[in-house]
Amino acid sequence: MDVSQYLEIFLDETNEHLQNLNTQILSLEQNPENMDTINEIFRAAHSLKGMAGTMGYKRMQTLTHDMENVFSEVRNGNIKVNADMIDVLFQCLDALEEYNTNIRESSDEGTNDNGALIKRLNDIMGGGSGEESGKAASVSDAPKANEAETSSKDSEKFREIKLNENQQNVLKEADRQGKMVYGLTIKVQESCILKAARAFLVFKAIEETSEIIVSDPSSQDIEDEKFDLYFSLIVISEEKLDKIVNAAKNVSEIEDVVGGVLNMNDVNSAKEQEEEESEASQEAVPQASVTPAKAADETPAQAEAVQVQPTVQDQAPVVTPAPAAKKTTANKPVVNRTVRVDIEKLDTLMNLVSELIIAKNSLVSASTMSGNSSPAVNEQIEYLESVTTSLHESVMKVRMVPIESTVNKFPRMVRDLQKKLGKKMELYMSGEETELDRTVVDQIGDPLMHLLRNSADHGLESAEVRRERGKPEVGSIFLDAYQDGNNVVIEVRDDGNGIDTKAVKNKAIERGIITPEQGENMSEKEVIDLLFNAGFSTAKVVSDVSGRGVGLDVVKSMIESLSGEVEVKSKLGEGSTWTIRLPLTLAIIQALMVDIGDEKYAISLGSIQTIEDIAPSDVKLVQAKEVIQLRDLVIPLVRLSEILDIPSKKNPEDNLVVVIVKKGDKQAGLVVDELIGQQEIVIKSLGKYISKCKIISGATVLGDGEVALILDANTLI
Amino acid sequence: MGEIKAVGESTQFIVIKLGDEQYGIDIKYIDNIIRMQHITRVPKVDAYLKGVINVRGEVIPVMSIRIKMGLEPDVETKSSRIIILKLEQQGTIGVIVDEVKEVVTLDNDNIEKMSYDSKDEKASFLFGVGKCEGGLISLLDLNSVVLENV
Repeated sequence: MDVSQYLEIFLDETNEHLQNLNTQILSLEQNPENMDTINEIFRAAHSLKGMAGTMGYKRMQTLTHDMENVFSEVRNGNIKVNADMIDVLFQCLDALEEYNTNIRESSDEGTNDNGALIKRLNDIMGGGSGEESGKAASVSDAPKANEAETSSKDSEKFREIKLNENQQNVLKEADRQGKMVYGLTIKVQESCILKAARAFLVFKAIEETSEIIVSDPSSQDIEDEKFDLYFSLIVISEEKLDKIVNAAKNVSEIEDVVGGVLNMNDVNSAKEQEEEESEASQEAVPQASVTPAKAADETPAQAEAVQVQPTVQDQAPVVTPAPAAKKTTANKPVVNRTVRVDIEKLDTLMNLVSELIIAKNSLVSASTMSGNSSPAVNEQIEYLESVTTSLHESVMKVRMVPIESTVNKFPRMVRDLQKKLGKKMELYMSGEETELDRTVVDQIGDPLMHLLRNSADHGLESAEVRRERGKPEVGSIFLDAYQDGNNVVIEVRDDGNGIDTKAVKNKAIERGIITPEQGENMSEKEVIDLLFNAGFSTAKVVSDVSGRGVGLDVVKSMIESLSGEVEVKSKLGEGSTWTIRLPLTLAIIQALMVDIGDEKYAISLGSIQTIEDIAPSDVKLVQAKEVIQLRDLVIPLVRLSEILDIPSKKNPEDNLVVVIVKKGDKQAGLVVDELIGQQEIVIKSLGKYISKCKIISGATVLGDGEVALILDANTLI
Repeated sequence: MGEIKAVGESTQFIVIKLGDEQYGIDIKYIDNIIRMQHITRVPKVDAYLKGVINVRGEVIPVMSIRIKMGLEPDVETKSSRIIILKLEQQGTIGVIVDEVKEVVTLDNDNIEKMSYDSKDEKASFLFGVGKCEGGLISLLDLNSVVLENV
């Protein structure tokens, strides 16, 4: 059977389960007695095992199976959680991660058996093979005990399946041949997204050992996902019931499987059985009247057995259907219904939206050009404008995901670092729910990891030093994310040593990056910026963690490639803060169009603070640089015509049009010739061919088909 | 690029003019040929990069082969064209030519590989010379034409 179509789902879910396991085991380490955590771990390991088994990844299955055994022992209170065990478990997760990577790359799990790990797992269990089997039994027993308690009429739905004559004959024949006839009712988890796929896997698992005779709802309906959470099967098999039930249970996202042997006599008298059941259900409900049941009794003709049920329901409408209806509403998934979409499809969608906006802009400029636009046309254009804007916003929102998926792996990483570096530290995270464009979220992981490692390795002092300095022995690293206007800010903070600018300066001189004379005149900030130089590392010893000098410059270039920026603030002895600022979206922005000489440029509205009209006499010179004074602030002026090598067309006597832009808490005034207006623009890359020009962050196609360049205000400050 | 296919095979070239000389561009790299249009200048880049244009909603850089090869700057005429090239490494890029003449099919026998002459600056942009009825055609090695100056 070809399972490759489920490979994507498998990989995604494995990742989720692994992430979940990582988080849970971390919290288990903090709180080894927490039963909820242990149960959660057990469930995740169990699902993983089932999934790996279904997909035929035996090694992965074996490893997860042994992990599951350990958790099961913990759950039963037979063994206690200890540090050693947590370490082994983390190693197991790494091994599973490796399998997963292999599968993603080659759809094969690889050949690493991880025998050593499995042995250690078994050592933890501390028992021989005899105990092993006992455990296996307890694993399957435990859920069953639960089942027994919760087993209601609902979970034995297979007894309600109506059989036609043909099917009855098949079952009788099987019975005669000495095969067993079982009924199964499978309950799918409420959160399950692809119920049909799960059902298919269950069918497949069961078909390995048995023959499915009847399914309720029909297999067609199941395929079309026309079922709630339950579906029932009648199968014939030579195997034991347990084996079939377990096979079905091993499929992930299957909450429960209830099985029972169907007696041939029951099958023969399907009608009687139904009546018994309906009576039973009516008895269970006290206010049920007796008459309907009697009416049901009188329903004639065995051959019409199939119709009995509806009749009964018709006559006792209050009794059976009502609770059933309640049940279904309760069972309706509360979780949001989601669809997994290939990111490429979203990119295409985004491109189309971009095209649409360009077309809309052309329409706007065409209608103003022709000069005789009627109010009706204008109205429609305005309407179109608002539609495209909200369309763009919704598509953008679709692409936004919380950064959670990326930052969730950090607590685990910090824990590992702690062991490796022999320092005590704690990671505090906030704002994991902050949303960013999917592509940005995918790429922000590595730079953040670098910064965290940097803080752990260089920033935080060893416990002794911390004690001497009167700081708590356990160092703190903070990771905070929040939205700030059109930007998302991610801060990595530590309460460590901070950056020793003197050491940095000396190192830079030693490395020949700056001359001693240059060093003399450098401001603190300039020195800190040296850290982002390629090949710069102040770690005295090259360690596993950092110190190879390929850290911060990579961080900087990666973040810049995402149109973001990174800043450092540091105080010696108190710690440092690394601030990453990223744009919310990369594709479409609101921009101010300006004229400079003969050319048109766009400035992102996000970075613009105000626009000022300044008389030439108000321009002052400070250190031979032009500045203006605005509300008690001295703001440097940048004459764009000079920077962009365009002769300005403006009379020097006229008032200056100054666009005040900000970056963090710094400001600058950009002098332009004329303002054109605000426009929604689609950012197009200039391509790698023109990458030298730092002040231009991209280009956009204007309504008349011409290209205008987008100024990167950040580089001008 | 400079690979010469097995004997007997032929390659198609588009013949362009730069000044009085004829040059050939392998047709497989050509995406589009468009008329001259307004080129948006990009500040602070090398002189041979003329700027960017909009081709069907895509922003594409345009370069001047003339300036790159050390010839006189382009003079825009009615026959000036921008040839849009699709290259594997550099992506899409437009080059300005004085005139697009025709498409010729050259047997590989008629292509003479250039013996590399480092003194001649122009020669380093060529990978061979083709012979056909219209005379000799210098065949452009696009990778070195498009390659950024170091």
